[in-house]
Amino acid sequence: MSFDSSTLLNSRVPSGPVEQKWDNLKRDIKLIAPNSKKKFEIIVVGTGLAGAAAAASLGELGYKVKAFCFQDSPRRAHSIAAQGGINAAKNYQNDGDSVWRLFTDTVKGGDFRARESNVYRLAQLSENIIDQCVAQGVPFAREYGGTLANRTFGGTQVSRTFYSRGQTGQQLLLGAYQALMRQVSAGQVEMYARREMLDLVTVDGVARGIVARNLTTGKIESHAAHAVLLCTGGYGNVFYLSTNAKGCNVTAAWRAHKRGAFFANPCYTQIHPTCIPVTGDHQSKLTLMSESLRNDGRVWVPKQAGDARAPGQIPEAERDYFLERRYPAYGNMVPRDVASRAAKERCDASYGVGDSKLAVYLDFGQAIREQGEAAIRGKYGNLFHMYKKITDENPYQVPMRIYPAVHYTMGGLWVDYHLESTIPGMFVLGEANFSDHGANRLGASALMQGLADGYFVAPYTVGHHLATRKLPEVTDAHPRFREVAEEARMRLQRLLSIDGKRSVTSYHQELGHIMWDNCGMSRNAAGLQSAITKIAALREDFWRNVNVPGVGENLNQSLELGGRVADFLEFGELMCRDALTREESAGGHFREEHQSADNEAQRDDENFAHVAAWEHLGENVTQKRHIEPLKFEACPLQVRNYK
Amino acid sequence: MSHTTTGKSLNLNLRVWRQKDNASRGEFRDYKLAGISTEMSFLEMLDILNEQLLKQGEEPVNFDHDCREGICGSCSLMINGQAHGPDNGTTACQLHMRRFYDGQTIVIEPWRAKAFPVIRDLVVDRSAFDRIIQAGGYVSVRTGQAPEANSVPVPKNTQESSLDAAVCIGCGACVAACKNASAMLFVAAKVSHLAQLPQGEPERASRVLAMVGQMDREEFGNCTNTSECEAACPAEVSVTHIARLNREYAKALYGSPLSLEGQLLTSSGAGGD
Repeated sequence: MSFDSSTLLNSRVPSGPVEQKWDNLKRDIKLIAPNSKKKFEIIVVGTGLAGAAAAASLGELGYKVKAFCFQDSPRRAHSIAAQGGINAAKNYQNDGDSVWRLFTDTVKGGDFRARESNVYRLAQLSENIIDQCVAQGVPFAREYGGTLANRTFGGTQVSRTFYSRGQTGQQLLLGAYQALMRQVSAGQVEMYARREMLDLVTVDGVARGIVARNLTTGKIESHAAHAVLLCTGGYGNVFYLSTNAKGCNVTAAWRAHKRGAFFANPCYTQIHPTCIPVTGDHQSKLTLMSESLRNDGRVWVPKQAGDARAPGQIPEAERDYFLERRYPAYGNMVPRDVASRAAKERCDASYGVGDSKLAVYLDFGQAIREQGEAAIRGKYGNLFHMYKKITDENPYQVPMRIYPAVHYTMGGLWVDYHLESTIPGMFVLGEANFSDHGANRLGASALMQGLADGYFVAPYTVGHHLATRKLPEVTDAHPRFREVAEEARMRLQRLLSIDGKRSVTSYHQELGHIMWDNCGMSRNAAGLQSAITKIAALREDFWRNVNVPGVGENLNQSLELGGRVADFLEFGELMCRDALTREESAGGHFREEHQSADNEAQRDDENFAHVAAWEHLGENVTQKRHIEPLKFEACPLQVRNYK
Repeated sequence: MSHTTTGKSLNLNLRVWRQKDNASRGEFRDYKLAGISTEMSFLEMLDILNEQLLKQGEEPVNFDHDCREGICGSCSLMINGQAHGPDNGTTACQLHMRRFYDGQTIVIEPWRAKAFPVIRDLVVDRSAFDRIIQAGGYVSVRTGQAPEANSVPVPKNTQESSLDAAVCIGCGACVAACKNASAMLFVAAKVSHLAQLPQGEPERASRVLAMVGQMDREEFGNCTNTSECEAACPAEVSVTHIARLNREYAKALYGSPLSLEGQLLTSSGAGGD
């Protein structure tokens, strides 16, 4: 099989060796004079780490920024839920870390499906991020001497993860949020909370604004700008059950895709190995237990299938520490995709534990015996507390039960080295883009990417766009805004007028089952083909029989959900199609047809060392698959091996 | 991923506050729910209620929620008169139905405070909190200006104590629980977080004056040291941070050249009488 590389995808990677590319870009970009910056308006959608960091930084520079979030406050964006930490190549531990090692760990961790140049830049910027956050007053963990502390995360053999107890994302987001609030106070950023972006507005092929719904009044608003930044997160909620917040959705990215932005590698989904198992059909979301727990927790199942004894009754000799057995070099700290598949394999082979038998143990017994309960409480207290709240079991006394769950999406809108999409003037930052994590993200790298993109990349590259492109005067009175707003209004009206029998949630749940069963931890051609057919049928039924109550002119959470699920019903099909076309196993994308004799993922570098970017061609027309070939010059292709 | 529901089953009587919008009068409405599993979270119970209302042709109950793991601070329910319900150190989204008994009546209301107007049903407007942070709840450092992170050592105990305050999730339970609807614990958490760190030092005095001034302008009530806020706080932020706020405020007002700025305040002080 072969795919032609697309001339439409110019990744604009600067020349020179990988270590110099970012410097070369900064050397060559055009700047805008301080006094001229106020003439440019920039829209930032989403206020998580990427969005809040970008909006604050661009505001500081002097641009007129408008920031949007659907939550009631920008501080609630889902970055806040990240628990474990943020990576940086500071080498404070003197354990052999370097920018180069963080770079190669991340390329390898992503199973050689990320763009090398972007990953190198991410590793370089990681150091600045820690400096920036500390200066903002982020209370990272410290040693007794007052210097910063580190811990280890999966897929690495160094300690480079900075953390604030089990709530690192919260502290980093509050830092970015406070920087953003400072700019709001200074009049540089106008904040639009409880607003949902419904569509992107392009004029002559260039992104010039958005149409958003005021979720309190229902009013459809138009906002014009010279650049639009989507920082809208991932699409994990296409599975219904995930560790994402309930509001996380694909709508902004999907609407932009339908206006011309290519969607890259949607099949790359991260299934996180350590989440609290499902208890019943009422389950509305899944809760993560941080990967950092694997520093001290040991993963095991009984050696005997169906062993129903309580964990404490199973002697050491009858326990199978299957990660340590299969991967002696990394043990419990193998990357997420590897750990998840290993847990699924044990459960599928009837070694699972708990009521549902869809769980394995994460046991802190040995760590508590060796270090004492207080030390473990100090490191993970809030996670143990959360576990107890949800399960009514005390993890200081009995092992946690955990099972993999959808957590993060590596795929996203295609962007070039400037983080600009295939629509000029529209940039995509953070989880919403595809560029840095390949087919599997390493732990503690999402926070790093969001902040790198927002604080340190976009402020340079967005300025270059503004300085080099001719951008004629466009206001929200432009006819394109009226057209797009009218389309958005009609779409909402259609949802409200169906008056069918089934709730939006029931469709979302059914879609989630289809996705999890066929496009989840392992995938095969027959399953993916059947999923594509089922999703199309479900979508058709949705638009005939969904029940969205109420009106559009006030707060109506049913209507918000209806619009989001409608978009997931289109997006899920593309995800399955991408998974079907990628006939190899790579990172989080495991095709059963492509595995080694000992069940490890088998890549096909000859045919698939590329990014697949899908182009929207019209309603009910199959998207066109374009490719961007990936070259691995600095970090040569090799088989991932954590044994 | 299909599972049968485990746990015991409850029948419940709900009294839920319904209000069409801020301009309309609200009222309690009674609903009966059957077969609620004790494994469910409180919000999952409300999801079931909403599916039931939809079938009956009544509009679902609107309520704020997002992460459902206790960290985003969106959920904001008075449950039987207690902010976030009966469990200590727990948001409504982390409260589980095993905490309730078969046949129980559960009263569910929005946060009630003048500074948090109701938008609809159980959803309130907490933007006053954002405006308090805008007034000074930050360190004025521009992107790119930061010195090397380890150049300023911070003692471990100081960092831990600062983080004890920084864990505030901004949910507003402290205001809802307070008979005066005071926001002192929220303001104290941010002031105490930044005042303890060397990075927060340069703006230490101006920050506390500006934030307290904004708190008063938002018409939150004064603090009378009843500590209801600490009892309700899902992040377990201690009222000792209010003591620190009062000390910081007094020092800023009387003990530094910045005291003239104190005249910006519209009321007589940070409370704590």
